[in-house]
Amino acid sequence: MEDNILKEIAYELKVSSVMNPNVLAVSGDENIGSLREIMRDKRISGFPVVENNVLVGVISLEDFIKAIINKEQDIPIKEKMTKNPETLFEDEPLINALNKFEKFGYGRFPVIDKDKKLTGIITKTDVIHGFLKHLKDKYYEEEIKGYRVSHFFDDVLADKKEITLEYEIMGGNFKKAGDASSRLKRTIKMLGIHPDITRRLAIASYEAEMNVVIFAKKGRIKAIVFKDKIEVYVEDEGPGIEDIEKAMTPGFSTAPDWVRELGFGAGMGLGNIKNCSDFFELKSEVGLGTNLNFRINIK
Amino acid sequence: MRLKEIVESLSLSVITGKEQLDREITGGYCSDLLSDVLANAKEGNVWITLQVHQNIVAVASMKSLSGIILVNNRNPDKDTLEKAEEENIPILTCPLSSFEVCGKLYQLGIRAYSIFHYLVQK
Repeated sequence: MEDNILKEIAYELKVSSVMNPNVLAVSGDENIGSLREIMRDKRISGFPVVENNVLVGVISLEDFIKAIINKEQDIPIKEKMTKNPETLFEDEPLINALNKFEKFGYGRFPVIDKDKKLTGIITKTDVIHGFLKHLKDKYYEEEIKGYRVSHFFDDVLADKKEITLEYEIMGGNFKKAGDASSRLKRTIKMLGIHPDITRRLAIASYEAEMNVVIFAKKGRIKAIVFKDKIEVYVEDEGPGIEDIEKAMTPGFSTAPDWVRELGFGAGMGLGNIKNCSDFFELKSEVGLGTNLNFRINIK
Repeated sequence: MRLKEIVESLSLSVITGKEQLDREITGGYCSDLLSDVLANAKEGNVWITLQVHQNIVAVASMKSLSGIILVNNRNPDKDTLEKAEEENIPILTCPLSSFEVCGKLYQLGIRAYSIFHYLVQK
């Protein structure tokens, strides 16, 4: 899950919000030798070179050392710099910066605006700091969101508190299939429950619903929301499962061919439910039906 | 990369979700098994499939996918169209096979890689 959040951030954030805008640039007309002091004082190993604020190149510690060895310290920087360097635009998403770091292996990229004016510089450290800061903000945001439901439970005066949500499922109706779990998802989202928990609940209840639609005449999903967990019961009046252990085996399915052609019956459903839940119990009697109970903890 | 960029590069027909083409794509996933997509596709992925019934919209919405590409000139069922409009899920169609779509998307730089691992490695 965490890499999903990071991906989201990488697309959300712009280079400009992460870069260092206080970039130290040098003029191309200066001598190579003049870099000695600033490289030593600022401990910077490379500089953008500008003319009238427009980026014209970069000069690195390596270029500097080479020039010194060749006794070229009096030559203007613009003759030794790398021209047309790789750059990033300030309004590009951060994902582009990550890709460029990977592609070129450079430690930093100058950042420019649409007129090629230098507006900042970005290093891998800046990227990591940007990620951490944004993660922290997101964390607080979700804390507040998660507070809503627990707040509700705290405010309700009762000895026992729970919200019961029930949905009917019609067997064999592929047009309506997924309806119950999508309504459940929307409701849970409305209660302000953490998106990760909502997502897991949605996947598990969708798989359970599909099993009812594929195999049973009818059934129901009952979700009971507590302060610290969601208990889900899915009951059906279906043929029952002969061998539960076998049914749990990845890839095993008794779904008919026409159902498989629709992309269901891949034999992954029960496994998906189990992977999404913190507790999973399946009881079934052949000829009578199946009872599934799974639980998702809220923190 | 945004959806509209792949619409242009692969000459896809936009069937639903014309307003949603500015969505960023986090990667791609190709499968015709719905459970597999539920288990393994990542948020913001574009999904390549030959399934055309309305349950693909439910799956895309559950997983918050950025869009669905239907292959081999397949057109979505009428119910699928209505549901997709309702749920704001872009559906794109093309004459290419799944293999060709995946290959072209890969060439455009769309991956299924994780930035998290990237940051940890570096």
